[in-house]
Formats: sequence, C-alpha cells, structure tokens
Amino acid sequence: MKLTLKIWKQKNNSSAGKFETYSVEADEHMSFLEMLDVLNQSLLEQKKEPVVFEHDCREGICGSCSMVINGQPHGPNKGTTACQLHMRYFKDGQTITIEPWRAKAFPIVKDLVVDRSAFDRIIQAGGYISVNTGQAQDGNAIPIEKGLASEAMDAATCIGCGACVAACPNASAMLFTSAKVSHLGLMPQGEIEHTKRVQSMVTQMDSEGFGNCSNVGVCEAECPKGISIENIARMNRQYIGSVFGSQTKVEKA
Amino acid sequence: MSWITNFLTSSIGRKLIMSLTGLFLIQFLLIHLIGNLQLLVDDGGEKFNLYAQFMTTNPVIKAASILLYAGILLHIIQGLLIWKQNSGSRNTRYAVSKNPNVDFSSKNMAWLGTIIMVFLILHLWQFWFKMKFGTVPPIDYNEGTGPVKDLYTLVAAAFKNPLYVIAYVIGMIVIALHLKHGFQSSFQTLGLNHKKYTPFIKGLGLIYSILVPLGFAIIPIYFYFFR
Ligand code: HEM
Ligand code: FES
Repeated sequence: MKLTLKIWKQKNNSSAGKFETYSVEADEHMSFLEMLDVLNQSLLEQKKEPVVFEHDCREGICGSCSMVINGQPHGPNKGTTACQLHMRYFKDGQTITIEPWRAKAFPIVKDLVVDRSAFDRIIQAGGYISVNTGQAQDGNAIPIEKGLASEAMDAATCIGCGACVAACPNASAMLFTSAKVSHLGLMPQGEIEHTKRVQSMVTQMDSEGFGNCSNVGVCEAECPKGISIENIARMNRQYIGSVFGSQTKVEKA
Repeated sequence: MSWITNFLTSSIGRKLIMSLTGLFLIQFLLIHLIGNLQLLVDDGGEKFNLYAQFMTTNPVIKAASILLYAGILLHIIQGLLIWKQNSGSRNTRYAVSKNPNVDFSSKNMAWLGTIIMVFLILHLWQFWFKMKFGTVPPIDYNEGTGPVKDLYTLVAAAFKNPLYVIAYVIGMIVIALHLKHGFQSSFQTLGLNHKKYTPFIKGLGLIYSILVPLGFAIIPIYFYFFR
C-alpha cells in the first residue's frame, strides 16, 4: 500500500516546527512503527534526516511510542498503542498526519519525541509505597477482596504513555495521576500513606502546568489501556477527603 | 499561604468551587421556574405580583438572594480563571483533531457560560434592576398587602417584542447545553461516580437540562402569541 505521510518535524523545543510530506510503500501486515522504520530506512539511504520517534517494547507495555495519528493519540484503533496498530486499518493511497503530543508540560525534544518527565516527577512525589527491606512477605498473608484487587489491577495497567494528556482539550493529567493514586491506594499496603500521597501527587501535577479536568472524558476514550474516569472521581473525593479529614496540610503547587 | 488557600487554588479545589456553585445555581433555577410559571395563570398577574412582592421583601429570601449573587459571581470568576489556565496548557494546537463521541457541551462550557453571562446581564437589567432600583408602577389587589409593584405588566410588555422572545429562547437553549454536561459533571467533580447511581444521575441531569429551560422558554413564547 502506498501512503502519503505528513509528519511534524521540529529540531528542538526552542525552534519552530513544520509538517514535512513523505511517501512510503508499506505492507498491511506491518505495525505503524514498522512502517515508520521503512520510511526512515529509505530516508537514510537517500542521506536525508530520519524522522525521530520514541519506541521501546513494541508490544504495548512501555508507553513510549507517543504520537497523534490523524488527530487521535495512538491512532484510530481503540485500546491500542501505536506500536500495536496494524497498517491494515489504513487504506491504500491514504494521507496520514502524524503529530507529537501537544502539551505545555510535555516539551518537544525532537520531531515526535516529547519529554514526559513531568509524569516521573508526579510519581516521585508519592507514586510509591514505603516498605522496609527484609524477607519478602508471603503473597497471601494479607487477604484482599477480589473486586478491590481487580479495580487496583485495572488502574495499574496504566503505562504512563500520556495519551490522556494529548487527547484532553485542557491537556490535563488527571487520568494518569488518578490511575496511579488508585492502584496504590486501593491496596492495604498503599492505603497507609494514602492521604499524604494523594495530596503530594496532585500538588506536583498542578505545578507541572497541566490543565484542569472538565470531565470531558476523551482521556478514557483514547487511553490504550481503557483506564476509567471513575479513577478521577475517586481521586477527587480522596483528595477533598484528605484535605478536610486528615492532619496533612496541602502544600502550595 | 495556608492549607485552605492552597486547596482552593489547586485544580481540584477550583473545580470543587465550580461544582458546588453550579449545583447551587441548579437548585435556584428550579425554584425560579416554579415561581415564574405563575405568570401563565390568567388572573391579570395578581398571583405573580404578590409572589414577587413576597420574594423582594421577605428577610429570609433577601438573605438567600445575597448568597445567590455571591454564588453566581464565584461561579463566573472561577470559570473564567479555569478557562484561562486551561487555554494556557497547550501552546500549539493540533493540525488534525478528532474526538469521537465527545459531548459538544463538555468542550465548550466556557463559551456557553459566557453566552449565559451576556444573557444574564440582559435579564437582570430588564427586570431585576428595574424592580430594585427603577420605578415600576404599583397596583393594589386589596388583599391587605397594600399596593405592590406591577412586575407582571413589565414582563408582558417585554415579551411583546419579538427580539426579546428570541433572545430568551436562545438563552434557554444555551443554558440547556451548559447543564447537559454541567449537571452530571458536578457530581463527578465531587467524586460521586458510582456504578449503580451514576446512570441515574446522568438520566436526571438530561431530564433536568431539557425540562427546566423548556419551562422558562414557554413563558416568553406564550406571552408573545397568546397574551
Ligand atoms: C444558569 C446559570 C449557571 C448554572 C446553573 C451553571 C452550572 C454549572 C455546572 C453544574 C457546572 C459543572 C461543574 C463541574 O463540572 O464540576 C458548570 C461548569 C462551568 N460553568 Fe456554569 N453555570 C451557570 C452559569 C455560568 C456562567 C454565567 C458562566 C460564565 C463564564 C459559567 C461558566 C462555567 C464554566 C467555564 C464551567 C466549566 C468548568 C470546567 O469544568 O472546566 N457558568 N456550570
Ligand atoms: S513501544 Fe512500548 S508501548 Fe509502544
């Protein structure tokens, strides 16, 4: 299949970017990233600069293959990362526009690569549990109700790719942050530091320059892991609850 | 700053203010509608004017109305602040943007709110301001209340003007759209999302956002055509 690609090219965050048009001959069995590999191979052979994009696992678990494909983060297929998106979902002769995540909190590194370390800093602020080292505890020593375990597990499937921020009209990071707050806070081990965690993660999120949540719900629709906005509601009530119902004082963002 | 100001300026704190003031305005709209439907009673405005007299003189209602002014102002100011913050969170817009199944209202709350604000200024200037600070000719129904301001005649005269009728109908459509998203959104903001109750809240929100604006819109239309 013959495709026309309009790809965002930008040297770094301080220079202006623009779209470049390329043509590529792809196979419908290729993944989207393999199609970009073919393009880059031919660009290298022509001694032209390849298109810079991020990837690692190519199996939908690392969250690095960030790109907006025809106006949708990770492309048109529901619950799929760009690396898992097959070219059979595109038509021969189609024009595909590829853009980086666009958010002030995710500055562009080059072309399609953005700096998502804002997410790392949110995690550093509280996305962990404190455990004393020593013998690993028996896995079944703490009984956990099945429904709760499933909910925590669903939230834990978040791969931190940033599609929620990319899709949100306000570039809000509420889905990501709430998924992390939920998957830790729902478990007995994580519940201990819960009130402090929810406050510090929200404070860090706010200080990174993400927008506010308008409950639009595109994040949930575009999330490759189908993380539900029920997590956002949970974070809202736990944050409000920790502000008024605990001794921890909210810090300035 | 103290923890409370830090909370109120946090993203969730700001949305909590939007949600609580929004819900407060929602309950006000329903009460306002029930009162105003008395305009449709064919008694030369007696019932409505006595009700208006009560609403403007009763001390409890007067105190509540101060709360209402504060609520509206807070909702508007906070809405504009959130809008400003949100529009600063993305420097470059997408060349192609496709959001399947996204409610139009949810993405345009600030625009819808701005139109409501313009409508509100017209509405307050037209009735509230004249009632409070202008001279509305009195009328006496000999009900022991003495002469009361004849707001009914003011309303009836206004709604003989087709431009006002159109402005009011448009205003109500915009409020309906604002509430279509706002009603259920305010519950999500409060953290009230529940597998059993959320479908009910969404249904109730849809019914409310259709029926209440419709009830208001009927009044100018009725006056224009049938009075
Ligand atoms: C009839 C009067 C009004 C009612 C009943 C009302 C109600 C609501 C409700 C219930 C919400 C949802 C809050 C949430 O998502 O938690 C909301 C959101 C909003 N309202 Fe209003 N509103 C009214 C007038 C206005 C006006 C005059 C403005 C002026 C700017 C405005 C601006 C906004 C904005 C910007 C939001 C969205 C905030 C966000 O989610 O990011 N509203 N409103
Ligand atoms: S490359 Fe790892 S999720 Fe796509």
